[in-house]
Amino acid sequence: MDSDSKTEAIKRAKVLMVGAGGIGCELLKTLALSGFQDIHIIDMDTIEVSNLNRQFLFRQSHVGQSKAKVARDVVLRFMPRICITPYHANVKDPEFNVDFFKKFNVILNGLDNLDARRHVNRLCLAAEVPLVESGTTGFLGQVTVHIKGRTECYECQPKPTPKTYPVCTITSTPSKFVHCIVWAKDLLFAKLFGDRNQENDLFVHTGDGSDSVKPTDDIFERGLDEVPVQYGRKIYDHVFGYNIEVALANEETWKNRRRPRPIFLGDVLPEKLILQNGNLEKNCLTEDLSLSAMSSLGLNNPQEIWSLAENSRLFLEALRLFIERRGKDIGSLTFDKDDQLAIEFVTAAANIRASSFGIPLHSLFDAKGIAGNIVHAVATTNAIIAGLIVIEAIKVLEADFQNCRMTYCLEHPCQKMLLMPVEPFEANKSCYVCSETPLLLEVNTQTSTLRDFVDKIVKNKLGMSFPLIMQGAILIFEGGDDLEEDIAANYALNLDKVLTALPAPVTSGSMLTVEDLQQELSCHINIKHRSLLMLASETFSTCNVASSKLQEGGV
Amino acid sequence: MDGEELTAQQTALYDRQIRVWGVDAQKRLSKAQILVSGLNGTSVEFCKNIVLAGVGSLTLMDDRLVTEDALQANFLIPRDETVYSGRSLSELCCESLRDFNPMVRVLAEKGDLAQCEMEFLDKFDVVVVTGCSLKTKIEINEKCRKRAKRIAFYAIECRDSCGEIFVDLQNYTYAQKKSDGTAECHLSYPSLEDAILIPWRNLPRKVSKLYFAMRVIEKFELSEGRNPGELSNFDLPAVLKQRKELCDAQSLNESHVPETLLERILVAGPMLYPPVCPILGGILGQEVIKAISGKGDPLKNFFYFDAADGKGVIEDISNPSSI
Repeated sequence: MDSDSKTEAIKRAKVLMVGAGGIGCELLKTLALSGFQDIHIIDMDTIEVSNLNRQFLFRQSHVGQSKAKVARDVVLRFMPRICITPYHANVKDPEFNVDFFKKFNVILNGLDNLDARRHVNRLCLAAEVPLVESGTTGFLGQVTVHIKGRTECYECQPKPTPKTYPVCTITSTPSKFVHCIVWAKDLLFAKLFGDRNQENDLFVHTGDGSDSVKPTDDIFERGLDEVPVQYGRKIYDHVFGYNIEVALANEETWKNRRRPRPIFLGDVLPEKLILQNGNLEKNCLTEDLSLSAMSSLGLNNPQEIWSLAENSRLFLEALRLFIERRGKDIGSLTFDKDDQLAIEFVTAAANIRASSFGIPLHSLFDAKGIAGNIVHAVATTNAIIAGLIVIEAIKVLEADFQNCRMTYCLEHPCQKMLLMPVEPFEANKSCYVCSETPLLLEVNTQTSTLRDFVDKIVKNKLGMSFPLIMQGAILIFEGGDDLEEDIAANYALNLDKVLTALPAPVTSGSMLTVEDLQQELSCHINIKHRSLLMLASETFSTCNVASSKLQEGGV
Repeated sequence: MDGEELTAQQTALYDRQIRVWGVDAQKRLSKAQILVSGLNGTSVEFCKNIVLAGVGSLTLMDDRLVTEDALQANFLIPRDETVYSGRSLSELCCESLRDFNPMVRVLAEKGDLAQCEMEFLDKFDVVVVTGCSLKTKIEINEKCRKRAKRIAFYAIECRDSCGEIFVDLQNYTYAQKKSDGTAECHLSYPSLEDAILIPWRNLPRKVSKLYFAMRVIEKFELSEGRNPGELSNFDLPAVLKQRKELCDAQSLNESHVPETLLERILVAGPMLYPPVCPILGGILGQEVIKAISGKGDPLKNFFYFDAADGKGVIEDISNPSSI
């Protein structure tokens, strides 16, 4: 295609950008410079101070305003003659349905979470609009192209669990156990045992930009005559009790969220036990990484989920051992998943916090597995990725599909390459999202409830927001806020029934149809009963979408 | 690293990147003085990146008045003649860049870097040049090498959808990350003049075709007294002649410098393919951050990107015996 028809294709194009953050700012600028005239942009977020180091369209004075709207205004200042339509909204909102997506020639993702990426992927498939998808982590990044019937879809290959979380989710509004882990590891552990000069978000609360934060730092200084148990209790009551009380004062935060419960040590453990904690038997191991609070407390099974009281004892004991046995490390420790005591401390702290926020507790074994790293983004990677997105978008608009590439941005060169293009993969023939292949779910139908199925499989694993579940023509469940009261009550009754006890019993050999009308995604799930599996509540764990098989337990 | 601590304002703003490269790197960045000579789509991308990263100061040199052409791929200047008319590129870019990060001093310096006193360069840790002739680049590079302090030199050029970055860190030592801790690593860079003098038959196998194409175009512009990018497809016969002469002299088969590639560069003339600018400017930004912070393996010593194949390739064109 010659350059005139390329220019023409760009001018005529109507593009939708999802996300006006790190990649989004760079992308909007690059689209504008490349001659795009009609750009729509969706982002639900408002601007925060920590965005300003890379989201270059935003200034201090914009903090608190809509990213999509400010991005538009700022770009129009240097390119006044183009049309940019901002939406300060969630891409999952019903207004952004298949018909909305059909209006665009290409969709460009600059998102930061798996959930929204999956949602956009499904709408792109349903609307048959090509998708250019992207992501960055530190110096790494990638751009991929997804065209129905030509390449794989975003969900053809199973995705690793996302590793980064918005800071306010960690500091103020955790909703998953992993948020508690990140808090315990990157904030509390770092504050207590790491470099004190490192900036730490431990006491940053959303909606509270003031510096009321600083004075509390002293709480972490241990007085000369303060014995470890006293110190531990002070820390405990401060971070799990007092801080939660402070957070609760901000009513706005809890309007649509479950309110957390402040936890004070005195409410959890009897006075006598607090003082005796860990002194019952002497830990005679040498000072090394195998020093263990669990073993000195007699908690032997790392696969077991300990109670709040047990976790509280573990917290105190791990803290005591750090102070008494590894005092020289304090101030320079960094979290290491092979450091037993560190894992124990983080597990205990995460579980106490989880308990406060009504999140299910986890075993040390699971907590260790979940502990991952927060990796943050830098401007340069986002700029590079934005350039690559536009190059792919233009190829899509020119219908130059055979030259579309997935590109990886690497930190260390591979075959001399820092930017490595790869031919797009073919669609996975058994992908439950872009093919019709039914899924197989192995489940104990006598112990698993409909709620387990809806929450853990349909919502969590399949990423549906408002599912409709049918067995043959019989409607078993329907999600959504707009249901009639009596119907909703009826579904609520079913939720706590095990699968075999439903009005239309789900047994081995049953086939369920699960649909999300907004995503226009429908898939069939064949049920296979497995009675040997443990109780269902915690055991839906692996889901291998690539082999179209949802498995339960199996460890 | 010793020295003052970062301010609370700095730590709040740079929080996310400190988590990537650490406090020490951030402190070094905040003391670095950068000079950029030549403002175009690629160099303004670089400027944006390092202003956001929080360098100490950025000095811009480009006295050209703003024209329609100079605005191309430049997001720092509003498309409004009443704003830009009669004003220089450095002045206008400086104003916009200051806005990006109030903690970075951004200055516009009048004059031509090629004519500057040698001492002027001592103010800087990093010098980036673009949009000038090969001769000028070589001169500035040599001046940087003659100063007592080590000044990192970068040249960046974009043609159509292709780009080239040249890096000269002279003798550079850094802590290389190994699986078992860090090891001190020394790299020795040739000057631009020495690098391009290396006989083509001594170059690494399968070196990027862009390396040869850039040399042919450069030589053509120099011999014709053209400004960079002052080209059109009418120049093709003369450029092909230039290619033949160079290839014959270097005993290289002309197929290593494809006519289609040369033609593409000629047809584009001064026009850049805009999405290439953030890619080149991003890579250059990362390299400068690495060189200042001493963290990460720096690029040695050429980088090429071509949107046509999408590859971003590092070429080491340094002949230890010839330096």
